[in-house]
Amino acid sequence: MTQPIISVRDLSVVYDGNHRVLDGVNLDINPNEVLVLLGGSGSGKSTLLRHIIGLEQPTSGEVLVNGVDINHCSAKVLKDVRRKVGVAFQEAALFNSLTTEENVSLPLRELTALADPVIDIMVYLKLAAVGLGEAGKLLPYELSGGMKKRAAVARAIALDPNILVFDEPSAGLDPIVSAELDELILFLKHAFRMTILVVTHEITSAFRIADRMAFLYKGSLIAVEDKDSFKADPHPRIRQFLDRVPDHITENAAVQEHLRELSGMAGVAQ
Amino acid sequence: MNAIETLGAGVIQQFAYVGGLTEQFWSGLRVLPKVLPVLGKRGRWQTAIRQMSAIGVAALPMIGIMAACAGLILALQGAAELRRFGALRYVIDLVAVGFTRELGPLLTAIVVSGRSGSAFSAEIGTMMVTNEIDALRTMALDPIEFVVAPKYLAAMIMVPCLTVMCNVFGIVAGAGFMFLSMKMSLVVYVRYVADSILLRDVLGGLLKSVAFATIIVHVGCMEGFRVHGGPEAVGRSTTAAVVKSTFLVILADLFFTAVFYLAGMQ
Repeated sequence: MTQPIISVRDLSVVYDGNHRVLDGVNLDINPNEVLVLLGGSGSGKSTLLRHIIGLEQPTSGEVLVNGVDINHCSAKVLKDVRRKVGVAFQEAALFNSLTTEENVSLPLRELTALADPVIDIMVYLKLAAVGLGEAGKLLPYELSGGMKKRAAVARAIALDPNILVFDEPSAGLDPIVSAELDELILFLKHAFRMTILVVTHEITSAFRIADRMAFLYKGSLIAVEDKDSFKADPHPRIRQFLDRVPDHITENAAVQEHLRELSGMAGVAQ
Repeated sequence: MNAIETLGAGVIQQFAYVGGLTEQFWSGLRVLPKVLPVLGKRGRWQTAIRQMSAIGVAALPMIGIMAACAGLILALQGAAELRRFGALRYVIDLVAVGFTRELGPLLTAIVVSGRSGSAFSAEIGTMMVTNEIDALRTMALDPIEFVVAPKYLAAMIMVPCLTVMCNVFGIVAGAGFMFLSMKMSLVVYVRYVADSILLRDVLGGLLKSVAFATIIVHVGCMEGFRVHGGPEAVGRSTTAAVVKSTFLVILADLFFTAVFYLAGMQ
């Protein structure tokens, strides 16, 4: 059996003592697969992602990346782990004062002892790999939304990581650019044999790129399965999500309370 | 009980804030050599130079105008009392000693806090909102080294320089007043100034300015790092940066003045 490259064990996250965001999440991600993490707004997707990339400490449980428990290792080991994980954020998170090629070269200049000419060649190759070979001199504000995301991917793969994490890659993009980004994700998986985790709520994009899909609902993983099984999963929350069925507005307790208040005010006015 | 709980929570919050500030200060100090020319990492010194220009050079006109106005105000207020005793000459001591010991460092810190402290907070706050700080962390880069240290080094160099310029502008404004009121020549005025201030006054003022620079940079950066949510949180952080750093600068000034007084240095 293949050893998972990312392993999340009984991960629970509680904010402010009583606000439980993740509840005993278990998830294994295998080498060279694309796992898409789906879930509605507020389901805990982003929180899970932030714990997987080591930006937050969990309340309990552990996250193993490349076999290392990232919450209980030394700073030096964590630094080594992070070099093998590339992250492309939702808003690209490019540094606005740096050109595209300076953004991509940043981890190379900071974390390696490579000579400048070698870095320049590597940067060009990374930019070319994401289709931005000619955009290196442009500043982030001169790039379109899709180009920014590609530049973020180029920076994420600068150190040749074996894991790539995407946070909402399709957010804010038109369907054509979104499809191009999906193609890029699949290209990276095949060309560099990367393990890819994508957090999204774009169903079309998810089915296009996923090998397996996981569904998070109110902090708990209710499904982790291949995409065909996921498509046919009878779980009511998954069906609701895939079939785009809204929660009935009056089932929402806060809305009910607001409506009661409004009817009370109307009674006073009468 | 609620009032006690609220008070306790507030006190704990303030201690946590000071703790965070101290931790950031030590982290900043530890990575400071990485910003130095030759010894430091490539590119970092250039970032510090850009910060020096923003903190120091760009603030000079405002410091000059404020110091000149404050120098004239101090001279006028002093003269109003001292001329009744025929001691108008002592306006020179008042302006020279007042600026080197107190007004120079304090005015400079207030201007730098308003201009640069808020800018640090806004810059880092925006980086928090757009995930740039998270991106640094995921790239195994230390935000303190990358973002805070160049600002800290720049401020530690430029705030004392601005303080010296502030002293000069304030004292020159005093010279203008003395020329107009007593027809005192600049040479005589400079001789009186040299007699009235001591080297320890100047050094004490510069020591204060380094401490103020530390407060302004770390409070500004800390407020930036505490930004969560959207752009409105960035606005709140800039206000908090200016208010808190100005308050802490005045507290630190009181502390230093009391120490110098008790040590018999004033």
